[in-house]
Amino acid sequence: MIRLEEVSKIYRMGENEVRAIDGITLEIREKEMAAIIGQSGSGKSTCMNIIGCLDVPTDGKYYLQGRDIGCLKDDELAEIRNKTLGFIFQQYNLIPKLNVLENVELPLVYQGVPEKQRIEIAMDALKRVGIEEKRNNVPSQLSGGQQQRVAIARALAGSPPVILADEPTGALDTKTGREVLDFLQKLNEEGNTVILITHDMGVAERAKRIIRISDGKIVSDSGHSVSVSGERKSGYEAERKGSYEF
Amino acid sequence: MNFKQSFKLAVKSLKSSKMRAFLTMLGIIIGVASVIILVSLMNGLSNEMTSRFEDMGTNTITVNVMGRGTNRSLSVQDMEKLIEENSAYLEQYSPRINASVTVKYETTSVDTTANGVNENYDKMQNIAVPEGRFVQFIDCERRQKVCVIGTYLAQKLFGGMNPVGEHLKINGSAYTVVGVLEEKADSEESSADDIIYIPYTTATRLTGNASIGSYYITAADTDEIETAVAIIKSKLYSVFGDEDAYRVTSMSEMIDMVDEMTGSIALVLVGIAGISLVVGGIGIMNIMLVSVTERTREIGIRKSLGAKRKDIMRQFIIEAATTSSAGGVVGIIFGIAAAYVAGILMDMSVAPSWNAVLIAFSVSVAIGMIFGYFPANKAAKMNPIDALRYD
Ligand SMILES: Nc1ncnc2c1ncn2[C@@H]1O[C@H](COP(=O)(O)OP(=O)(O)O)[C@@H](O)[C@H]1O
Ligand SMILES: [Mg+2]
Repeated sequence: MIRLEEVSKIYRMGENEVRAIDGITLEIREKEMAAIIGQSGSGKSTCMNIIGCLDVPTDGKYYLQGRDIGCLKDDELAEIRNKTLGFIFQQYNLIPKLNVLENVELPLVYQGVPEKQRIEIAMDALKRVGIEEKRNNVPSQLSGGQQQRVAIARALAGSPPVILADEPTGALDTKTGREVLDFLQKLNEEGNTVILITHDMGVAERAKRIIRISDGKIVSDSGHSVSVSGERKSGYEAERKGSYEF
Repeated sequence: MNFKQSFKLAVKSLKSSKMRAFLTMLGIIIGVASVIILVSLMNGLSNEMTSRFEDMGTNTITVNVMGRGTNRSLSVQDMEKLIEENSAYLEQYSPRINASVTVKYETTSVDTTANGVNENYDKMQNIAVPEGRFVQFIDCERRQKVCVIGTYLAQKLFGGMNPVGEHLKINGSAYTVVGVLEEKADSEESSADDIIYIPYTTATRLTGNASIGSYYITAADTDEIETAVAIIKSKLYSVFGDEDAYRVTSMSEMIDMVDEMTGSIALVLVGIAGISLVVGGIGIMNIMLVSVTERTREIGIRKSLGAKRKDIMRQFIIEAATTSSAGGVVGIIFGIAAAYVAGILMDMSVAPSWNAVLIAFSVSVAIGMIFGYFPANKAAKMNPIDALRYD
């Protein structure tokens, strides 16, 4: 489903260059729930932005659902983000002047869904995260946990197969953070591919597969938690292909 | 992203910062309002002039004879013959002699214009004489000192009294008032009611010039005016042998000239007013650029959710067009109101044209779109990840 081959992202700033990620090769199968863990500045977000088609690698190849992302145009990438990917960010990234319902409707607006149907789907998504009674409020009237739930509803609204969450609990207290993680697990059980980015081992353990990165390189990978045929492996049967130790 | 959505959003962002929206629109408001004011006034002026000409009859042809050498005029007999010979095209004629005169009744005196005409003139110009009668054939024949006066003079000189049968003095010699004209322009000074008609034969004496410098001729058929004009011209040429010795103008030609003249003046004025529309457009572009920068993060979010370039583009262009067309609407309303006020103050008639309103509105929408294009394009081309990280 997701395959990175020797992907690097290099930022050049005058004389010195920063290798945000440095030759990452990684495959994530359909219906997997994988956590990418690493310290701050290790390149997790850069990695997610590339997987999320928000950014393009400096080197290497990225295939999503078998398509080579490197040779797509802006608008084709937009369409992939719209239909295939759902984002959950640490800072929620809701649009302040739109109300909750309008925020959740956005991916559907860009899918060209007609208004009536759009409202129906968006309301369903809001119900799933249990925040439908706030539909007419604007984000600033909600707590952090509530805003993150709206963001999740928005990520779900377009029913994308892949959910990308970059430090989704980073700005939340432990209890609301746990609720968000429970929800991500539930989504994975329902068949979504979930990629969870965190610096917190406690959070990463929610995933069946843990990929650790440091200085832009993968240092360990607990291996696929789903077989090629899509069947789930129990935790201890998971392929141990980590040649790296940490 | 559909149109309705973008439009709602544009209205929302206009409402959320009213002062800024107003200042942004100001240039467009001023531009559109001045276009509307100018067009309304010019239109009013043109309508007024046209209707004055039309009052004189659209089938009227004026002949002015300047003469050449010793041959300075065309005699009434010659004119009569010309009309008779071409009765299929030419209907009637009247000499017309203008003289500035002082009219006096008892102790009141008034300066006005005396027109020396013949008995045809009232029919040719649709002049009604509700009291008394107009100048008649016999008056001209006998050089009678009779006159027909306008309502302004009737009021000014005679007050409430019936002037018919009274005697007044024109430049010192006594005339009998034989008729009072129908009121045409509220009996105001120097209006169509400030006039006096006398037999042309009497008028030549008044001016001390026996030759007749101008004639009014009516064409038999409004559609054949050009032929009528040509006939008159060829006759005059045969008399004078020089095209510069006379001038023949038809009323419809005059109306065309007035329309053309006011039209081109209006065009120049509107062109000048148009500059402020361009300035207004630049103002919109400026604010839209600020708005795009302020909303970089929003653009990033929208892109992360799948907005394509054209979606972002459309959103900002619609926002710019909404701003400028709102300015256009305010400008139109303000312009029409101001035109009426100006019309009252300057005592001019005002005629706002729907065409001008429609064009002003379309131009303001277009300006928003044109000047919104550059900022919108800037927004559309943003890199999603850079936009998301922006703060
Ligand atoms: N736009 C950028 N320009 C320059 N350097 C960047 C940029 N984005 C990220 N980096 C650098 O790349 C490295 C990885 O960043 P990031 O992926 O955000 O790390 P993480 O999410 O793991 O904290 C950091 O050293 C960071 O400073
Ligand atoms: Mg990060």
